[in-house]
Amino acid sequence: MKPKFLVGGGVIAAALAYMIYAGVTQSAVYFVTPSELRSAAVAGKAYRLGGMVERGSLHWEPRTLALTFALSDGKTSVAVRHTGAPPDLFGEGRGAVVEGSWTPEGYFRATHIMAKHSEEYKAPHDTSQAGVKELMRTLSGDSR
Amino acid sequence: MIPELGAGALMVALGLAVYGSAAAGIGGRTGRAALVESAQHAALAVFALVTACLLLLAWAFLSFDFSVRYVATNTNLGTPFYYRLTAVWGALEGSIVLWAWMLSVYTLIVVLRHRNARELYPWVLSVMLGVLAFFLLVMTVPAPVFQRLTPIPADGRGLNPLLEDSGMITHPVALYLGFTGFAVPFAFAIAALVTGRVGDAWITTTRRWTITAWYFLSLGLLIGGWWSYHVLGWGGYWAWDPVENAAFMPWLTGTAFLHSVMIQERRRMLRLWNLALVIMTFALTLFGTFLTRSGIIASVHAFTQGSIGVFFLSFLAVVLVLAFGLLAWRWEALGAQGELDSVVSRESAFLLNNVLLVAATFTVFFGTVFPLLSEAMRGVKISVGAPFFNQVNVPLFLGLIFLMGVGPLIAWRRASLENLRRNFLWPVVIGIAAAAVFRLLGVRSTLAVLTLALTVFVAGTITVDLVRATRARLRIGERLPAALGGLLLRHNRRYGGFAVHLGILIVAIGVTGSQAWSVHTETTLRRGEHTDLAGYRVRFDGLAASEESNHFKVTGTFTVANGRADTTVLRPAKKFYPQEQSPIAYVDYRLGLREDVYVVLGDFARDGSQATVRLQVNRLVSWIWIGGVVLTLGTALALAPERRRTGAAQELPA
Repeated sequence: MKPKFLVGGGVIAAALAYMIYAGVTQSAVYFVTPSELRSAAVAGKAYRLGGMVERGSLHWEPRTLALTFALSDGKTSVAVRHTGAPPDLFGEGRGAVVEGSWTPEGYFRATHIMAKHSEEYKAPHDTSQAGVKELMRTLSGDSR
Repeated sequence: MIPELGAGALMVALGLAVYGSAAAGIGGRTGRAALVESAQHAALAVFALVTACLLLLAWAFLSFDFSVRYVATNTNLGTPFYYRLTAVWGALEGSIVLWAWMLSVYTLIVVLRHRNARELYPWVLSVMLGVLAFFLLVMTVPAPVFQRLTPIPADGRGLNPLLEDSGMITHPVALYLGFTGFAVPFAFAIAALVTGRVGDAWITTTRRWTITAWYFLSLGLLIGGWWSYHVLGWGGYWAWDPVENAAFMPWLTGTAFLHSVMIQERRRMLRLWNLALVIMTFALTLFGTFLTRSGIIASVHAFTQGSIGVFFLSFLAVVLVLAFGLLAWRWEALGAQGELDSVVSRESAFLLNNVLLVAATFTVFFGTVFPLLSEAMRGVKISVGAPFFNQVNVPLFLGLIFLMGVGPLIAWRRASLENLRRNFLWPVVIGIAAAAVFRLLGVRSTLAVLTLALTVFVAGTITVDLVRATRARLRIGERLPAALGGLLLRHNRRYGGFAVHLGILIVAIGVTGSQAWSVHTETTLRRGEHTDLAGYRVRFDGLAASEESNHFKVTGTFTVANGRADTTVLRPAKKFYPQEQSPIAYVDYRLGLREDVYVVLGDFARDGSQATVRLQVNRLVSWIWIGGVVLTLGTALALAPERRRTGAAQELPA
């Protein structure tokens, strides 16, 4: 191998190492629980916050697309605000992961909601089925 | 009855595969042809048994045999018959059956086609059967597909609704054909190392295998993107999800291998590198299966399972230790015969292409396992998302596109100034002119301008080559159609490769366009209200409910007008499956060459008076799928029987 090829290889390796280093420092997203976020939140830093959507905390305003809820890990909870419709797998009492940042105003501004999709199938729920059937009736204008 | 039959067939197949692998190895070592012959019979029997298992499983699905746990988990009485068939590979256990079956088919083809490759053949057979034995072991112990379920339920739980899609018929099949396909060049590489015949024979023999495996892997990735685009409803086709990365990494190293073997064929260089690349590619297919199947990184596809991860990781370790051990053992024999003469040459262009592809593989690998690394080493889970992958990979991919233009035309050994001027003057001029035109047309993103200009440059080099070769044929008196046809058929490897490059360029245009110019909005509309986006006016006309064979469906009606005469009605929906707690979105869209209108139904009022809708105008996405078609045609051309030479497809001298 001629020296110039070794030099070329070295330059490429160094450039790659730098690109990876810069990429990691710029786009690192920390996974945190509500307790961890509460104890050491840095405003403006990117977080991925995982927890359970607290019962009674979910509020969705279709006209303004304002979605607010609280994520809890059983010990403490964090208020989350998002703009956009709740995703399909999202709901009270279920797990969710949100990506976004902590604001100085004291809430978490979510840019993405990643509701967890479970591959474990649940047995058919009578309750949810009843809900869907009722929905079918109201939509088809049947007032039985 | 089916559980016992299936499990029995599997056990016998496992025993035969282990025996065949050992017999072929011993036969190869001692030169006893009878043992190799016997291993060959074992391979045929394994193929028959695994085929029987697949058919039994399919029959269990078709006949609703809920005594098989896997059937009861992945189907119910409402599942239509075609999805009952695809449900065969709809979850972990069945997908391993498909893997093993394809591997057994490939083993069969190896037996039929390569049994005259005297020295290598026993070891190739031994490796193929060894890998097959591992998958049969997985099917028996950690992922028992024929496990019995008692008591037998009256109905099953049903297929994951996201998998009820035509993409699910083709995506796993293509992807697995690609994954398993790399087992053949890998087996030949190991055979070459074991026998010490590390020359070029194993490479020329497996050329078609490599191209085929690479093609199916590409197709699998593209269909995966299409599935993501039209089923998942988030509006994109690629998310740098660990599962996507799992399939992308072997594609990258496979692409590197595809190119570097040409250097070895022509210049007798890079022997060690090629062996290492094919070992890495095969190892990455195993690693990909490990990532997807062990549930180690939670994602949409990851099937949560217990011990299977340990099995895959152990096998991966065995493969890597054995393969690289052999490589170290043969180190002496692997020295290069050719030397790099100049930096400005085809060799170094290909070498740089390899370096960039391996660098891309490394960054994808690093980004994918980063959360695991950071958690293991520092106790905090840190992920790097799409921004990381884009930031690091985009420069590498741009470099690769540039080399795509340089590599096929630049001279071997040392390119003269005259050679450079002859080949690249016009493409460079056209590329620069294109950049200026795109700028003037108002393209603001520098990245988009750069990518498109590079694309034009590469297309220019292909044109220069084609025009020059056609002219030469016209000069000797051929007519234009005959000249072009003769060129493509006689130099099908070269022009097949060019067509594949063209396909990749078209995909690159689609990716660039969709990243740079797509727009979206989300809004809530009352019945009769409309919203505007990018020249489209979308009106909400109401909701309707319906009952399908295995789910309920709430469908929204949206009228899309673009100011001109034509209007389209789009009907996105939400599907409610009894076995699922949440509804599943059903996207509707109008595809176009310029742009797609893409509508997702969000939340809606129970009385149907209002609905939240996500509206996207996605630019140039169709180019990605068109690129896939061009890539398919190019591969077919490259694989066509050669008319020019007869050497490449032949086996080793006996």
